[in-house]
Amino acid sequence: MTAGLTAGLMSIDLMTTGLSTSGLLTNRYWFKVLFEYCADPDSLSSLSWLSCYLTTVKHQSLYWSILTVLILLAVTAPMAVGLGLAGALARRSPFGAVRGLGWGYTSMVRGIPDLIFFLFVPLAIDQMLEYIRHRVLCPQETGPVWVGHDFVVCDAAKLPLGPSPEWVHDIYGFMLAVLAFSIVFGAFCANVIHGAMNAVPRAQLETARAYGLSPRQVMFRIHLPQTWIYALPGLSNVWMILIKATPLLFLMGVEDIVYWAKELGGSKSARFSDFPHGDWRIYYFSGLLVFYLLFTWFSQIGLKRLTDRVSRGQATLAGGKGGLGR
Amino acid sequence: MTCGEAIGAYALRSIGMGLRALPKGDDITLCEQVVLIGSGLIWNLYFALLALAFGFFIATGLALMKASDNAWVRRPAAGFVFIMRGSPLFIQFFFAYAVLVALPKIEGSLALGAFELEWTTRWFTKAWLGALIVLVLNTSAYSAEIFYGALRAVPHGDVEAAKAYGLSPVARFRRIIWPTLLRLAWPAYTNEAIFLFHATTLVFFSSFPTWRQSGDALYYANYFSEKTYNPFLSYPIAAGWFVFMTLVLIMVFGTANAYLNRHMAPGTRQKLRYRPQMIR
Repeated sequence: MTAGLTAGLMSIDLMTTGLSTSGLLTNRYWFKVLFEYCADPDSLSSLSWLSCYLTTVKHQSLYWSILTVLILLAVTAPMAVGLGLAGALARRSPFGAVRGLGWGYTSMVRGIPDLIFFLFVPLAIDQMLEYIRHRVLCPQETGPVWVGHDFVVCDAAKLPLGPSPEWVHDIYGFMLAVLAFSIVFGAFCANVIHGAMNAVPRAQLETARAYGLSPRQVMFRIHLPQTWIYALPGLSNVWMILIKATPLLFLMGVEDIVYWAKELGGSKSARFSDFPHGDWRIYYFSGLLVFYLLFTWFSQIGLKRLTDRVSRGQATLAGGKGGLGR
Repeated sequence: MTCGEAIGAYALRSIGMGLRALPKGDDITLCEQVVLIGSGLIWNLYFALLALAFGFFIATGLALMKASDNAWVRRPAAGFVFIMRGSPLFIQFFFAYAVLVALPKIEGSLALGAFELEWTTRWFTKAWLGALIVLVLNTSAYSAEIFYGALRAVPHGDVEAAKAYGLSPVARFRRIIWPTLLRLAWPAYTNEAIFLFHATTLVFFSSFPTWRQSGDALYYANYFSEKTYNPFLSYPIAAGWFVFMTLVLIMVFGTANAYLNRHMAPGTRQKLRYRPQMIR
C-alpha cells in the first residue's frame, strides 16, 4: 500500500498509463455494456454513437465515482465536526497539556498548506499501522524497519494483506483519505467552534451558574446548544471548502472523478479504443467545473435556509424580529 | 555532502541553477532536504507574490464593477466571481491546462530596446505563465468579493462629506473610498494572501508539468518522501518552511495594516485576526 500511496506526479502518471493499457479495469467491477447495438461503434450515427460512448464501462466508472465524492462528504463531515468539537473543548480544558494539544490542533491549519496534510497523513497513518502490526505480529524480527531508504515490514504486517482482493486495497486507500480529510477539516471546524463558543453571551452562562447548574450542566445544557447557532455560518463555510477540496482525492491515489475525467478525456487512437477521439479533456473538465458549481450553488441555497431556520428565536441579529440587519 | 556544499549545490536548484542531479540513494542528508525544499519555496513565493500583485488591481476593478448600478457591468463581474469561487482551484488548473495546450503554436519576437525577446504561445502551457494566470484570476475573484464587501461597508457619511467638499468622483474614490475600503478589507485580505500562498502548492500537483525537476517546496518534499520512503522527515520540513513564510507574510501585512490604520484612534484600530474563511 505504501508504494501506491506515494502520490507523486510520477506514480500518478505510471498508474494512469498502467491501467489504461491493461484490461484490468474492465473486469474489475460489475459494469457491463448497456446497449446491444453498441457492439460495432463504427457503424453508428452520431447520436447513437454518443449514447454508446457515454455508457462505456469506463464512463460508468466515472458516474460511480461521483458516489465516491458523496460518500467522502457524508463520512468526513460528521467526523470533522466531531473532531472540531473535541479540539474546541480541548482548548477550554482545565489541564494545560490538553489545552496545548487543542491549541496545536487548531493552529496547524493556519501556517501549513492543507495539501501537505493530504499527502502526509495517509502515508504516515499507513506506516504507523504497519509498524505497530510489525512489532506485534512479527516479534521474531527485531531489525530496523527503515532499512536504508526502504520501509520493510514482515508480510503478516502489511496493510492490506498481500493476497487481498483489489477492492480491499481500494477501500483501505479510501479510508486513509477519509481520515486525512477528517483531520484537516476537523481543525477548520475546531477553529470555527472555538470562536462560536466564545461568542455565546457570558451573561447566559453566568445566569446558569447562578441558578446552581454544575459546570458540566452549563456546558451541555446552555453553552453547547447555543454554540451551534453561532458556529453555523462558519461551518457552512467549511462545508463549501470541503466540497471544493474533494478533487484532491485524486492526489491520494483514489480513482475519483478527476482521475476518470483525465483518463477518458485524453485522446484515444483507433488501435486501442472502439471510440477513437482527439483530446477531449476540455469537455470533461468543463463538465467537472459545472458539477462543482452546481454542487456549491445548491449547498449555498440549502445552508441559507438552514441558517434561517435555526436562528429563529435566537439572541442574534438574524433571530430577532423579522431578521434585523439584512 | 556537507551542509555548506548542499547550500551551494541546491539553494537555487528550483530555478535551474546549481547541481543538475537531485540527491539520490542512501546518502540523502538532512541538509540536502532542508535546502532543496527551501529552494522550492522560490516558486511558491513567485506565484503568490505575482498573483497577489496582479490580482489586487483586477480585484479592485471587479469589486467596483460588481457594485455598479448597470446590469451590463455588474453581471459579468458577479458571474466571474461566482464561477471562480464556486469551483475548486484544482479543477481550474486542469481545465486551464487543457485549454492552453489546445492553443495554436505561434512564435514571434519582440524588440525590447537592445534585447530581442523570442516568444511562443507554448509558454502558456508552462507553469510559470499558465499556472500564474489561473492563480491571478482565482485570487482576483476571492479578493473582489472581499473588496466588494468592504466597499459596501464604507461609511456613507464619509462619501457625503467628500461630495460636500466638492471632490470629483475620481478624487473621491482615490482619497476617501479606496483607503477606507482597503482598511476595512485588510484583515480578510491578509487571510486571502495566506491561503493563496498555500494554494500555490497545487500548481505542480495538478496538470502543469515540472521542467527538469524544477518544482516547488512540496514537489521536493514529495520527491524525498518517495525516495526515502520516510514521510516523517520531508513533509515536516516543508511544513516548517511554510509556517516560517506564513509568519513573515503576516508580519508584512501587519505592517501594512498598521499603516492603513494610522489615523484611527488607538481603541478603534482593527487588529489582524486569523479566520479560516478563504480557501479553495
